[in-house]
Amino acid sequence: MKNGFWIFIAVFLALGGSWCGFVLAPELQLGGAKQTTVLNTSDVYPVGRPGEATQGSSVYRANGCAACHTEQVRQTGMTCGVTLTEAGKNPQAVTNLISSLVLINLTKEAADAASAKITAGGGKTEIHITATGPDIARGWGMRQSVAEDYLYDQPVQLGSLRAGPDLANAGARADANWQLLHLYAPKSEVKGSAMPPFRYLFEVRKIGREPSPDALKLPPEFAPPAGYEVVPRPEARELAAYLLSLRANAPLYSAPISP
Amino acid sequence: MSEMKTPDARAEIPDPMIDASLRLPLLALFGGAAFWLVVSSVLAMIASIKFHAPDFLAACPWLIYGRVQPAADDALLYGFCIPAGLGVALWLVAQLGQAPLRGAIVPVVAAKLWHLGVLVGLIGILSGNSTGFAWLEFPRAGSVILFFAYLLLALWAMMNFAARRERALHPSHWFLVAALLWFPWTYSTANLFLVAWPVRGVVQGIIGWWFANNLIFLWLALVGVGTAFYFLPKFSGRPLQSYYLALFAFWTLILFGTWCGIPPGAPLPAWMPTLSSVAATLTVVPVLAIAIIMWKTLRGPTSGCNITPAPLSSLSANEVGGEGRGEVASLSLNSNPLAPSPLPAQAGRGSRQQSQAAPPTNCEPKGGPFCFIRFGFASFVLSSLMFIAMACPRISRVTEFTWFGPAQTQLQLYGFFAMTMFGAIYHLLPRVVGVELPFPKLARLQFWLSMSGVLLFIVPLAIGGVEQGMKLNNPGIAFMDATNAMLPFLRTSTVGLLLILLGNLLFALIFFAMTFVWGKSLLKKAHAIVTAPLKNQEVKA
Repeated sequence: MKNGFWIFIAVFLALGGSWCGFVLAPELQLGGAKQTTVLNTSDVYPVGRPGEATQGSSVYRANGCAACHTEQVRQTGMTCGVTLTEAGKNPQAVTNLISSLVLINLTKEAADAASAKITAGGGKTEIHITATGPDIARGWGMRQSVAEDYLYDQPVQLGSLRAGPDLANAGARADANWQLLHLYAPKSEVKGSAMPPFRYLFEVRKIGREPSPDALKLPPEFAPPAGYEVVPRPEARELAAYLLSLRANAPLYSAPISP
Repeated sequence: MSEMKTPDARAEIPDPMIDASLRLPLLALFGGAAFWLVVSSVLAMIASIKFHAPDFLAACPWLIYGRVQPAADDALLYGFCIPAGLGVALWLVAQLGQAPLRGAIVPVVAAKLWHLGVLVGLIGILSGNSTGFAWLEFPRAGSVILFFAYLLLALWAMMNFAARRERALHPSHWFLVAALLWFPWTYSTANLFLVAWPVRGVVQGIIGWWFANNLIFLWLALVGVGTAFYFLPKFSGRPLQSYYLALFAFWTLILFGTWCGIPPGAPLPAWMPTLSSVAATLTVVPVLAIAIIMWKTLRGPTSGCNITPAPLSSLSANEVGGEGRGEVASLSLNSNPLAPSPLPAQAGRGSRQQSQAAPPTNCEPKGGPFCFIRFGFASFVLSSLMFIAMACPRISRVTEFTWFGPAQTQLQLYGFFAMTMFGAIYHLLPRVVGVELPFPKLARLQFWLSMSGVLLFIVPLAIGGVEQGMKLNNPGIAFMDATNAMLPFLRTSTVGLLLILLGNLLFALIFFAMTFVWGKSLLKKAHAIVTAPLKNQEVKA
């Protein structure tokens, strides 16, 4: 390469190529994505988060929760099972047929084949799909995360490190009270937790004429001194609302599971 | 074939004008960089201590882990790596093109503006105004300042490049000029589509990965390798081996490297992670090509140990070094009046054993700019291979979401890039400022501190990360147990961070001591000028 012009051409070709591939093409493919429907229903997915949870997403961003928590569940595969729902007119034949077939831990194709045989014998069947993988075995979700799950997130906070557990389905695991207690004193809820306490999201104040109904009911070793109470500030409520809104379990065409 | 010889056979005329024209811009760039370097390691230290005691500074929202950690990363990348890289690029472009920088006031202002942008950005992160995108956390105000400061600096470097008197291009030119063009495109794309007019849904993630890869993997690789391609031939006294291999490495690096970065497990349509994994696999080619170039350039028969702690004398010693004689000798010719007389030649004997980590003889091969750049280069190969491994679906299944990733990033940012920049700065700063390196032994100490620091940081985290990944993949092991198993590794890495902090403090100390000595000599000169006429009058009287 003899002059600067060629360097410019090289940069233009290389970076322009990847720009088209990883900026333009994904935007064309996914940027106009709309809500989809939950598999076998007419429910739309995803539904937007309630207002408080949307504000909570901004608390999550401001405090850098994504530095330690991911919001994506991985799946290594899936297994299918065939269940007989109706024996039909000739139960004996169907029973004989079933005893000759393997009906659990099947691939999708094998399950379809088994189901077709039973249906041909007069029975009616249902196929159950279960996602597999360590994340799912840990109870972090029922299926893998897919692009649809993030449609309304701003910003999308996928995270890249699991210093803490995955939160893609945090809302399905605990209630608001647990979230608030855990935010104020993580060790009160999870023994040996390495999460720093977020006490500045709470107010420790003198109990007025009567205790606040919102005051946290903390175990004695984490409780404030007598005569004081811990009340969540709006940020804490919003963050808890956001965590409760994290649910990505709906069966979708791109991530089929049986509910 | 003619251009095959020109880059290395060129005679670089020692032009004090070139160095002098760069003095103020480089001092402005490196001064802020040295400051942010220390800030970044202090922030990283605070973040790391939280793994010993989660309650540490937990009451202060400005210093919680989720803000301090990205602030530390960004202070290292935007505060140190990019301005240091730009400064070294400015110097290299001027040096290779033999053209003094004109209108130096603009890059000085741009450098100050850049560091102001970093300050605004870091305050933004710590006060909770981060954008939430990895490596793009600086709020809008900070990003806008950074972008325009970069444009000014790059524009001046490009104008200097266009005005070069030595027309033939050196391989370093390709890498540096490409890097200058690379950043504005990626940075503006990311800021426009993620912050200003955000795209919807998971496309944000894709653009975020594309941006991070093109900045951290590619921009740093272009600048760092471009710098090494200039320095290693100089230090070894042999021309770069070879021009065409370097050309091949350049093209394959920018063509394949730019597509990396999307993790195999990402929740995306399958073609994107697949394409990215394929590109990452192909990136092995340029990485190996660069490794071969370096190996052949350093390991040739005439490579000699000609490095001394003081870079000025090192080049003088290089005079006897062999093939690179012409250019190197001319460079050392009194380009600096304060340069000591050349040391006895060490070159040409026992080169192999001395260029390894042999016990220091009187030529002291450790701690000179060469050692920084050589270590940086080794880190480049290792961190790139780690990066490529993480793009392989099989390996990614274990390493994704573990501490292996931060270990790789740190090796890339600090082990490779910052170390290469330290070497380059120790080499060029005495020339630019016209002051001998004040404490050559401290520079050597800094090399050891930074090197052992970065090793103590990344080795435990990489090993621990793999273990953590295997435990996380076994649902029989409770999550808490997998996390707790990581704690000893994390705590060891704190020691590494402490050493890095000390190394960074030494770097800042050396840098500011040099500017202090320079400032003092300036004052003396000013004093002499002010007092001289008076004396004359007295004599006349």
